[in-house]
Amino acid sequence: MGPPADSREGPRHVREPMSTGETVTARQAGNGGAADGTPLLSLRGVGKNFGPVRALSHIDLDIPPGRVTALAGDNGAGKSVTIKTISGLWPPDDGEILWQGQPVHLHGPKAAEALGIRTIYQDLALCDNLDVVQNMFLGHEPLRHWVLDEDSMEIAARKTLEQLHVRTIRSVRQPVASLSGGQRQSVAVAKAVLFDAKLVIMDEPTAALGVSQTRQVLDLIKRLSSQGVAVIVVSHNLNDVFEVADRIAVLYLGRMVAVDEASKFDRQSVVEYMTTGLSERGLQADGVGAGSNPQGSERTQ
Amino acid sequence: MMDEPTSGAGMPADPQEGAVSVEEREELLIEEEAAGQQELAVAAPEVMADSLGEYLRAWWTRIRTGESGVAPVVAGLVLVVIFFRIEQSTFLSAGNLVNLFVQAATFILFAAAEIYALLLSEIDLSVGAVAGVGAFVIAELIAPPVNLVWWLGIAGGLVVCAGIGVFQGTLITRLHLPSFIVTLGGLLGLTGVFIELANIDKTAVGGVISISTTSPVYNLVNANMSPTLSWIVLIVAVAVYGGVSISGAARRRARGLSAPPLSVVILKVALAAAGGVAIVIICTVNRGAGLFHLNGVPWVLLLVLLVIGAWSFLLGRTKLGRYIYAIGANPEAARRAGINVPAVRTAAFMLCSFTAGLAGLAYESRLGSIATNIDAGSFVLYAVAAAVIGGTSLFGGRGKMLHALLGGIVIATVFNGLALMGISAAGVDIATAIVLILAVTVDSLVRRRGTTGAV
Repeated sequence: MGPPADSREGPRHVREPMSTGETVTARQAGNGGAADGTPLLSLRGVGKNFGPVRALSHIDLDIPPGRVTALAGDNGAGKSVTIKTISGLWPPDDGEILWQGQPVHLHGPKAAEALGIRTIYQDLALCDNLDVVQNMFLGHEPLRHWVLDEDSMEIAARKTLEQLHVRTIRSVRQPVASLSGGQRQSVAVAKAVLFDAKLVIMDEPTAALGVSQTRQVLDLIKRLSSQGVAVIVVSHNLNDVFEVADRIAVLYLGRMVAVDEASKFDRQSVVEYMTTGLSERGLQADGVGAGSNPQGSERTQ
Repeated sequence: MMDEPTSGAGMPADPQEGAVSVEEREELLIEEEAAGQQELAVAAPEVMADSLGEYLRAWWTRIRTGESGVAPVVAGLVLVVIFFRIEQSTFLSAGNLVNLFVQAATFILFAAAEIYALLLSEIDLSVGAVAGVGAFVIAELIAPPVNLVWWLGIAGGLVVCAGIGVFQGTLITRLHLPSFIVTLGGLLGLTGVFIELANIDKTAVGGVISISTTSPVYNLVNANMSPTLSWIVLIVAVAVYGGVSISGAARRRARGLSAPPLSVVILKVALAAAGGVAIVIICTVNRGAGLFHLNGVPWVLLLVLLVIGAWSFLLGRTKLGRYIYAIGANPEAARRAGINVPAVRTAAFMLCSFTAGLAGLAYESRLGSIATNIDAGSFVLYAVAAAVIGGTSLFGGRGKMLHALLGGIVIATVFNGLALMGISAAGVDIATAIVLILAVTVDSLVRRRGTTGAV
């Protein structure tokens, strides 16, 4: 996928932010899952083997648009395999992936990118010597008379940063080397949503950050989802998970053991799911939400 | 200090209404960030300043925090020049300075070649040998029995050099061999190739092929542009550079984009123009002896100007240049951004060898001949030394063609000055080594000061 034909208009995909009230309602909607019906992305019985090792078995997961789904699990639970499957790096061995209800084959990163799936890995993949604009457009630079069109790139980059309310970066022309960890994360997110992002996957976005920087990134994640983008966050940090997630999915040894609205979990139950695959306390209220995980539902009873 | 956001980037005009608490929290965050930023204030002054005064302050802050730019090498050059002027009064004579410029031309072109490899965080040890092959091919093509017209001869030599670059680059990028080993092989093997070329050619007596004194290849260094033409070239060059940078900055300012203050741009153009005027004046002074009248700017200076200009444009304004910088800093990020990393790296090695061919051309033109006993190994060392003295990093991603210009002039100045003082070859080598180590030390010390405390 390439840059928009006329990028002087700036990125067209970042939706107008919804009013805050609406977002809050959506957050508190409880059981509803994707209120407007079809989830953006669905995994149905997805499995992945590495030789004899069964890394993922029969994973069911729905990712609704405009909401933050946290993927929790201990080391080796299959979080990385899951996001690499969704981002097309490791195509699944069995099961199917639905995008807006239609089956798709994510046979490579390009295929996932073409659908609007963007993955931000922990290392952020930024070039220290390039400035913010150059990093955001890397690999997708628009040309004008055979020469890099710096003006339109800068305008579009600023617009995206403003839409994400990233206001801590003083100049978009400073090299990324001079930015703090939170600012770098912001640049990586802005880079991800610059071209028509529908689903943003973030791998441990707060792992290396201090308190105020973490806050900055969590706010950014909320803002992203309030603009209609689906977000998957992989995190070890339960504080962050409960702070930012609308939905929580817990993996245990390659199986999906619980998926539901975040309000149905408490810290204790998430830890139990992560460490033992089941929880004595069970999910509060009516078990597994959205009917998306019969397997998990069995285990909770 | 530099806390004030200078442009719209950090401050969207009107945030979304509602969510007051979030906004307030953001204000606090911005203040926290601004406080943290003081240690990180290493961005280019161009993007942080609105006026000349602010620019100079930002520039000074930047030097103190370690991003010294070209200031140390310029300061060092001035000191070296003063030293030689005191030691040897003829050092600053017009004749000697023109000689120095011509010497510098070869070093500048070698350094420009090496910068392509250094930017990728690679090294090309074969530039000297590639230059030798290019020089031999050109000399063979324009001499009997081939007798090609001069520009076809030069084109032939440069195509051979570029081909060598593609071959070495392919080995490095497709077979994942280390560039150090591949180009070390190039240094040895290609030295053998040009010796063999001289063996085959029966006219090459003692491994030397001379170049006809009527050939433009000879005249590149040994003939001069007329004073009128020199001034015209200077005016055109300054007008193009000044026009592009001043109108570009003015346009970006008008559109509310980051751009250096107009006064700064004009100052830079004025400095470049002053340098050019000084060179043309020096070159148009009669430097002949007695009845023999000699003046004008050697053509090779125009070649250097064109090469540095073209390569600066390529690195700064084209996708290829942008990708070379990106790969030098973070190849994995470049790969994930969809850049064809092997192709870009191969292209960089091709440009490196091509530029080395131009250096070979300048070298054989100055000597009026090319011999098999050229020291291809030393050329590499001078190429790397000039690039590093000029300010290019050995670790990839940081460097400009301007660094080749400055570094080449420093090395030529040291060579020239020591030769005037009658220092032996051994002394010259030792002095060059000291200058190199000194330059890297200053750079490293300044940078280390800058990096402590930064994230």
